[in-house]
This record gives sequence, structure tokens and C-alpha cells, in this order.
Amino acid sequence: MHIQLRFFASVREALGTAEENLVLPAHVRTVGDVRDFLRQRGGVWAEALAEGRALRMACNHQMTGAGTAISEGCEVAFFPPVTGG
Amino acid sequence: MPIRIQTEDFDLGAEVARLRASQPQVGAVVVFVGTVRDMNEGASVATMELEHYPGMTEKALQAIVGQARARWELVDALVIHRVGLLQPLEQIVLVAVTSKHRGEAFAACEFIMDYLKTQAPFWKKEQTPQGARWVDARVADDEALAKWGPLAALPGPAAAPAPGEPQP
Repeated sequence: MHIQLRFFASVREALGTAEENLVLPAHVRTVGDVRDFLRQRGGVWAEALAEGRALRMACNHQMTGAGTAISEGCEVAFFPPVTGG
Repeated sequence: MPIRIQTEDFDLGAEVARLRASQPQVGAVVVFVGTVRDMNEGASVATMELEHYPGMTEKALQAIVGQARARWELVDALVIHRVGLLQPLEQIVLVAVTSKHRGEAFAACEFIMDYLKTQAPFWKKEQTPQGARWVDARVADDEALAKWGPLAALPGPAAAPAPGEPQP
């Protein structure tokens, strides 16, 4: 499955990238799975997306939890809690 | 219900005048303007940079205003949020709400701001004498949102932190 990844704010800076096109293995089915998959890259990926981190996730522009299923071509984003206003 | 994300400043008077134009049923206009402070968390702030998630931000703000309109009888609502580099004293955000009576406008304006602070994808980065730092989300902002009760029509199944996730 192909998905588009987006990263924002401190997560983007920590990873040194704002976006990426990714081809996922079949076992990666949810937004939480994507986070786990990326963590396995180690280094800054393991650190920025670590389990205990306050991280927000979005799928196709909607804030979502780890259990949300992903689909072909969807856009998954990771970012810190928001601080606008 | 206009929503605007922009780098340029806004004219409060002109925006409110536009919102009220040809709306004689309006009896109340409530406006909130958020501005850049020169101090935060004990450090002086030289500049502030606002980042957002293009596309998602507009959808989130539309959903927020939609929630407000479902809860209160409003004539109109306007949200303008600036992005990019800002200086102390500059305006960051405008929320303007019109209604027949003041109660609806007061409540809806506060609700939109509380909701925006925790659900709209904007992030602030401050430049201080100790260097640049991202502004942390505040527990008080989550508490402010909680006072409005369940948000049935949030854009997405789990806008609140996942169970077991530490609060920022």
C-alpha cells in the first residue's frame, strides 16, 4: 500500500523531513501500525515517534487515534499537540 | 462562515463592518483578538513563528465553526488566523461572532477559541535570548475545552488524546 506521510513542527524538525511517499508492507494496517513501522527505523525516528511521546496523528486531514485503518493513497500526519490561537 | 489563513495582518474594524453589513437582525457582535506577547514562560520573546497544516487547518476550523452554529443561534462567524513570522504586539487570531442576542455570541466566541486552541493544527515557535523553542500545549487549554461537554461531531473518531497517553 502507498501512503503519503506528513510531519509538522517539532516532529518535522526532529526527523529532518516534512513529507515522504511510503510503500508499506501488508501487515501495516492502521495509523498506529504506521507509527510503529517508522519507529523501527531507529535513531531520530525511534525517538520522535516513541511510545511515551505526546503525539497527535491525523489521517486524511482528520485527527485520529492509533486504531484508525489506513487505505491506499491516504495521507497520514504526525505532529505535537497544537498550540495556535 | 468565512475562514481565512493568511500571513498579512487584518483590520479589526473593517472585518467586523463586513460581517455586520446588511444584517439588521444582528444585535450582538463579540470579537476575540489574540496577540503576540513579549514574554512567555519567563523568557522574553523576540519573534514568534506560526506553522500550520495546509488543508487540514481549514477543515478543522470549518468543523469548529460548524459545531458553534449547531449549538447556538448565530447570524455569522468569522475566523482569521495568521501564519508565518510575527512580532510582539502583532495580531495572531481573530474570532468574530454575530447573533441576535449577546449570550449566544459570547458563548460561541469563547467556544470557538477553546476548540481552536486544542484542535486546529497550528504550532507556535518562539525566538528567545536562549534560542528558538516550540511552545508547549497547556493542560489549561484542554480543561477549557472540557467545560463545553462532549463534542459529538468532532472531525474524526478520536480527537482527544488516546487512552493512556500522557498529557502534554
